Amino acid sequence: MSTVEDRKQLIKEVLDAYPEKARKKRAKHLGVYEEGKSDCGVKSNKKSLPGVMTARGCAYAGAKGVVWGPIKDMIHISHGPVGCGYYSWSGRRNYYIGTTGVDTFGTMQFTSDFQERDIVFGGDKKLKVIIDELDELFPLNNGFTINSECPIGLIGDDIEAVARQKSKDIGKTVVPVRCEGFRGVSQSLGHHIANDTIRDWVFKPEDEKESTFDSTPYDVAIIGDYNIGGDAWSSRILLEEIGLRVVAQWSGDGTLEEMKLTPNVKLNLIHCYRSMNYISRYMEEKYGIPWLEYNFFGPTKIAESLRAIAAKFDETIQQKAEEVIAKYEPTAKAILDKYTPRLQGKKVMMMVGGLRPRHVVPAFKDLGMEIVATGYEFAHGDDYKRTTDYVKDSTVIYDDVTGYEFEKFAETLEPDLVAAGIKEKYVFQKMGLPFRQMHSWDYSGPYHGYDGFAIFARDMDLALNSPTWDLIKTPWKK
Amino acid sequence: MAQDPNNIKDHVELFHQPEYQELFERKQQCEGMAPAEEVSKFAEWTKTWEYREKNFDRKHSVINPAKACQPLGAILAAVGFEETLPFVQGSQGCVAYFRTHFSRHFKEPFNAASSSMTEDAAVFGGMKNLIDGLANSYTLYKPKMIAVSTTCMAEVIGDDLSAFIGNAKNEGAIPEDFPVPFAHTPSFVGSHITGYDNMMKGILSYLTKDQKKESTNGKINFIPGFETYSGNLREMKHLVNAMGVDATILADNEHNLDSANTGEYKMYHGGTPLAAAADSINAEATFALQTYTTSKTRQYIEKEWGQKTAAFRPWGIKATDEFLMALSEATGNPIPAELELERGRAVDAMTDSQAWVHGKKAAIYGDPDLVMGMLQFMLELGIEPVHVLVTNSTKEFEAEAKALLEASPYGQQATVWGGKDLWHLRSLLFTEPVDFLIGNSYGKYLWRDTGTPLIRIGYPLFDRHHLHRYSTIGYNGAINLLNWIVNSVLDELDRNTIVPSKTDISYDLIR
Repeated sequence: MSTVEDRKQLIKEVLDAYPEKARKKRAKHLGVYEEGKSDCGVKSNKKSLPGVMTARGCAYAGAKGVVWGPIKDMIHISHGPVGCGYYSWSGRRNYYIGTTGVDTFGTMQFTSDFQERDIVFGGDKKLKVIIDELDELFPLNNGFTINSECPIGLIGDDIEAVARQKSKDIGKTVVPVRCEGFRGVSQSLGHHIANDTIRDWVFKPEDEKESTFDSTPYDVAIIGDYNIGGDAWSSRILLEEIGLRVVAQWSGDGTLEEMKLTPNVKLNLIHCYRSMNYISRYMEEKYGIPWLEYNFFGPTKIAESLRAIAAKFDETIQQKAEEVIAKYEPTAKAILDKYTPRLQGKKVMMMVGGLRPRHVVPAFKDLGMEIVATGYEFAHGDDYKRTTDYVKDSTVIYDDVTGYEFEKFAETLEPDLVAAGIKEKYVFQKMGLPFRQMHSWDYSGPYHGYDGFAIFARDMDLALNSPTWDLIKTPWKK
Repeated sequence: MAQDPNNIKDHVELFHQPEYQELFERKQQCEGMAPAEEVSKFAEWTKTWEYREKNFDRKHSVINPAKACQPLGAILAAVGFEETLPFVQGSQGCVAYFRTHFSRHFKEPFNAASSSMTEDAAVFGGMKNLIDGLANSYTLYKPKMIAVSTTCMAEVIGDDLSAFIGNAKNEGAIPEDFPVPFAHTPSFVGSHITGYDNMMKGILSYLTKDQKKESTNGKINFIPGFETYSGNLREMKHLVNAMGVDATILADNEHNLDSANTGEYKMYHGGTPLAAAADSINAEATFALQTYTTSKTRQYIEKEWGQKTAAFRPWGIKATDEFLMALSEATGNPIPAELELERGRAVDAMTDSQAWVHGKKAAIYGDPDLVMGMLQFMLELGIEPVHVLVTNSTKEFEAEAKALLEASPYGQQATVWGGKDLWHLRSLLFTEPVDFLIGNSYGKYLWRDTGTPLIRIGYPLFDRHHLHRYSTIGYNGAINLLNWIVNSVLDELDRNTIVPSKTDISYDLIR
């Protein structure tokens, strides 16, 4: 069972379970990649069907949870009822250095804890008081974001007016983020909304660039790395080793000042294209800063990316890039020598957010592993186009896969490892399938860069080759 | 340093290597953060009484609250019923969060569907989403029941669940006789425990409609409450079985939230049969094992079913005694020797350990019932609660907690802080330190900041494995609680006496 036709048949069978209306819609999101085509042939960024158990989250999750949340020196207020902030509290492992509660606030949960009277009378007045109170209790904060939850947009509060007034009152940046959960079809719109608020409320059009900044020709920013398990650091170290100066990290371990300085850099380096291409394009238009996508998963792509990045600079950088690649090559080879024999030929099914379903493929390939199926929670058409560079003929592609589909595909494709999120983890483990969380790195990491790849290889091995899987079968049952 | 294939360093060690420490220093240059001296100055300030007063002056900001919102509780109630799929009317992010939260705590799959409402539903209402959603859930996941709760979005726009579900049936999206109980669970009222109560009441009132018979079925109903210890479901069944009670559990989510790994995934495990739940209206009585998570349901049962209800909280020895005596009275069955033996063992364990915990000062936070249960047990051991904090508090809880504390010589130092959050608790722990803190995983930040050792009892438990598989109720639960408390105290004692030739005089082998 490996040909394109067989897998198309599998999709058809899986779709049979749906009511007709839903089947027609879901059919457009499932496909089989055919070698040579420039697209995966699936529709994306459409509304999830009600009741099918999508893995997707909401705009708030994309804006507060992903983009803004990791900016460590700002206080991110979850504006509305208590739940959203509670569930997203410390959930994403965006590592940072700082004294939490004093100069950094990443693992804290600030909420306006809406009650019925706030729904009836509005929350603007309350919000003003909250900003004053928090500014007094946390004087070293460098600013605020106000992240709207569903009710805010429905009751007609004017958080922009509050933001303008409070910014003037306290002399700090206050950013209103209209990321109500019902906006858009997934986290993805939340990323876009958050990007736009950086453009409108952090970059000041009238100032252009910060003129006092002491630039060098080698200034870059890391864009779209949320420093999960320290990913941005194990990436940054390589960029610094090849002679570049990293001015800003967006947004893992990042600060407001770093964001403000970014219009001074020479090149923006984008890891998560899905969540931060918007602001990169804006900086290109506004400040003429080019941007480059790179991939730091697995030694093949790391070397390729380092060379591509270096090619944007002078020969000294290019020379250093070669030295850095040469320096890490023996270790990378030792890691591959150790783990490839243990992982060779193993089949993987993936389902992650908007980048990793393609970006992690080469790291698996480096270890001799094969991707039999992959798909995104919230990708757009451009992501699926980019995916064609990563997958091979007959790979099953699913967009916004439902709980039912994922389970059925796994039953037939019989992967050796499933790599997705926490909501899927225990489903597949109950099926006896080794599993790794690909959002949180299953509490491990970093996985980016050469240092990260060693950990990635170790973790895939420990998941796949754990002796616990052999215990599942009861010996007296045939 | 490059990685050594035989000793791969992950985040725990990697970032302490010199090259990363240098990287962090370089990074500071562009961060625009306050200098270290200023940070220490302000960090010290947050430990003062002055800061505490400012902190307690807060009118509207809530920082690190120990409560979630209603639909979380609603879906926990729903998964206790046989092959029931929880379904939440609103935007889909909520359900993604709930499922994530429960999966991180139970380390189990948690199934729930959303009606995935978006902008158009905000304008036109969520009826279409509900109808399509019910059809899809019903067809794909083949549940025996779908239990619908709501989010703040559906509540703000005023979705009429009763009418929508009726329309779904009229349109043939789901069969006419397919059970779809519902509850309104707005996130801006109460907390997760309110949602549990509302959904339980919703399901019971739906299933028991027209089921009232002339005579009773001779059974007793048991409502566990917002119970996040699967061990407590087991312990409850054990006590009830040992007492020879013919019981209906409303509802039994033990197997759904603690299923065996057989290599085959099944979506539904066990649960209270719908027929048994429907017949619960004919029981002799309904006993709840939590008070504040079941008040509306009990009120409803008394009023609408004409059934006697009572709430127990069998945490610690005396409360378990009371629970068993009540069961004995209700059934006429004696308390068996088996349970007397368990009682004796638990008391024996407590007398063995009491010296290490007597007079220890404690802080505790959590849901009202859990805090009450722990207070009962701590006072029995001679532990002295000092800070008692409940974010989702009620006047009734505060009165009950105060009465319990005032009646005990060990409760005299305690203050009950209702409606406060964990940032308030941080100030309390700095200004009036205690020996240990009891709370959920979020308490680890208080442990780090204030140095107060954390004993993890509560919900959620994200950073320790399997604690939720144990019981906290009954005599067996008392031993578990004691084990966690006394051994945490002893671990801390070792930690404080471990420096060779400095503190290790007291690093005793035998304790």
